[in-house]
Amino acid sequence: MPIWHGTVDAIQFRSLCEQARHGGGKLVALWGSDELARNAGYAVHAALVTATGMLCLTLPLSVERPAYPDISDIFPGAARMQRATADLLGLHATGADDHRKWIRHASWPGNVHPLRKNFDGKTVFSTEVDAYPFVSVTGDGVHEIPVGPVHAGTIEPGHFRFSIIGDRVLRLEERLGYTHKGVEKRFESLNLEQGAKLAGRISGDSTVAYAWAYAQAVESVTGTTPPPRALALRAVLLELERIHNHLGDLGALGNDVALAFGFAQFWILKEDLLRLNSDLFGHRYLMDKVTPGGVACDLDDQGRERILRMFRHLEHEVRLLKDIYDEHAGVQDRYLTTGRVSPDLAAELGLTGLSGRASGQAWDLRAEFPCAPYDRLDVRMVTHLNGDVAARVAVRFEEVLESMRLIRLILDQLPAGELRASVGAAPENALGLGWVEGWRGEVLIALHTGKDNEIHRLHPHDPSWQNWPVLEHAVIRDVVPDFPVINKSFNLSYTGVDL
Amino acid sequence: MYQIIKQILKTGIKTEGPPQADDALRVEIQNLQEQILRHVGRALTIRCVDAGSCNACELEIQALNNAYYNIGGLGINFVASPRHADMLLVTGPVSRHMEIALKRTYDATPDPKLVVAVGDCGCNGGIFAESYASCGRVSNVIPVDVAIPGCPPTPTAILQGILTAVSRRPSTDTTP
Repeated sequence: MPIWHGTVDAIQFRSLCEQARHGGGKLVALWGSDELARNAGYAVHAALVTATGMLCLTLPLSVERPAYPDISDIFPGAARMQRATADLLGLHATGADDHRKWIRHASWPGNVHPLRKNFDGKTVFSTEVDAYPFVSVTGDGVHEIPVGPVHAGTIEPGHFRFSIIGDRVLRLEERLGYTHKGVEKRFESLNLEQGAKLAGRISGDSTVAYAWAYAQAVESVTGTTPPPRALALRAVLLELERIHNHLGDLGALGNDVALAFGFAQFWILKEDLLRLNSDLFGHRYLMDKVTPGGVACDLDDQGRERILRMFRHLEHEVRLLKDIYDEHAGVQDRYLTTGRVSPDLAAELGLTGLSGRASGQAWDLRAEFPCAPYDRLDVRMVTHLNGDVAARVAVRFEEVLESMRLIRLILDQLPAGELRASVGAAPENALGLGWVEGWRGEVLIALHTGKDNEIHRLHPHDPSWQNWPVLEHAVIRDVVPDFPVINKSFNLSYTGVDL
Repeated sequence: MYQIIKQILKTGIKTEGPPQADDALRVEIQNLQEQILRHVGRALTIRCVDAGSCNACELEIQALNNAYYNIGGLGINFVASPRHADMLLVTGPVSRHMEIALKRTYDATPDPKLVVAVGDCGCNGGIFAESYASCGRVSNVIPVDVAIPGCPPTPTAILQGILTAVSRRPSTDTTP
């Protein structure tokens, strides 16, 4: 995959972002770092993707004036990344509209920046009740519904502030950051080997995607090439992860529109798959199976046969359930036109991943910049133009079938050989990037190495960063009772962005 | 409708019931079910609180609702308010941003209440440990009756933990 990395000044930083945007490119991630120990002040980094590959920009910032030009007018999705960078590193985006805190609640004071190197991660401040200036909507009959952080179901914590008239949503404002547990600071206390375990726990439902992205980042700085068998098995694990998440979502999306039958059916299929994962690879969610250099599992002929046998059943069931969902008037009534993000809006706001593809954003890393083994699989990207709940459901159905096709192809010609290559030492002050199309969208790991295989800075980037702000738009004009099904149809990660 | 009914009939009952003599897992689950019914008797209501987990523990708690574990069939239900709950099922580590919300949820749960901490992080802070952002284990924030290790613990382990907590519950039907 072509990746360019360069150091730029503030004017180039903005103009390259503008050029990327005009060329149809998008922002993958933005993060900052503290380079004081290297006598280089601070730095802000942006990863952009264009039709030709990834462009990673580093803009050095002085100690006296740790500020950089705002790019949220070019890429709206940058706004929260910039606010998080201000909270964690004290680096400010000059000219931005919104300077409210984002990750920080009331567990540390505003003049403290946890990702600065002079901040000891063990420092504890007294926790106070957070005061956050929500945008209030006023007018006759407008009122607010606060929801969370503790939610009614078994889901992650976050706060949603609805401003409504009657049942119609005028505005939704999200307040996240509740699961901030210091992941990025924690990485800096680990070496490259220890980091793999933490990478697999950034967002548990995407553990394979993160572990693979982390492995790629480590392999790129150490010049390691994993053996072909390991790469093939990684893709099998990643597609299994995609299938089990999609099955779970399809069931939950049935449940959310009162089709308990759908939940029961899909969660039987999901459990069957999780048990197979456990039998074949030793973990239901495949945690810690992708490691830098290769994989920590293998698949024998018997295991291969079990997967193929299960897929024969799974494919039959998924096709049958798709017909039932498609022909169920009550289900379609709830899905169609609900939570719609038009392709134009999706392009403007930078909607990505599965939700992006359901809104006409034809982007899938496995198809655009396929790494091995995807380069010989000719991945069929699934897209839809309607951008509603129905479209996100349809994309999931198609992707389950496509993932099964891919796994069959891989298993058909599974290379023999080693499972792991030895990983050498990493040079100091190197940047390694890992970029994987997880089930939710593209996961990026940006790794800056320190001395002796230590991690100087690591930014894991979940596609939910881009997509959470779009959810606020998706619910406008829908009714409050449709929020659960709209939210589920995106199924974004809280822990992946709170870090 | 015909397709749905046909599919339901074809699927049959997946809930893991009578054990096969040689199937260790099934025996375990059936024993669990019997014990849970003995202790719980009628019903147990659980409020889940994700206090900062990586969401893998949530996946396994959700799996308890699938037809194989069928936790609802045991009289155990997840409820939407701590006011309705007998038990809090808490995943961790407890982030400092969730500390107040967790304490308030605990306070809002009527006595006598049980707290079960789920997962390695809930037990000991796990890989996230304690820091400026993480309080670590659940028992650093609220009293915990039972802690279930695992990363994430399997649905069976979670059921076992719930049972352990319930069987420890002080008898409430003793009349003076």
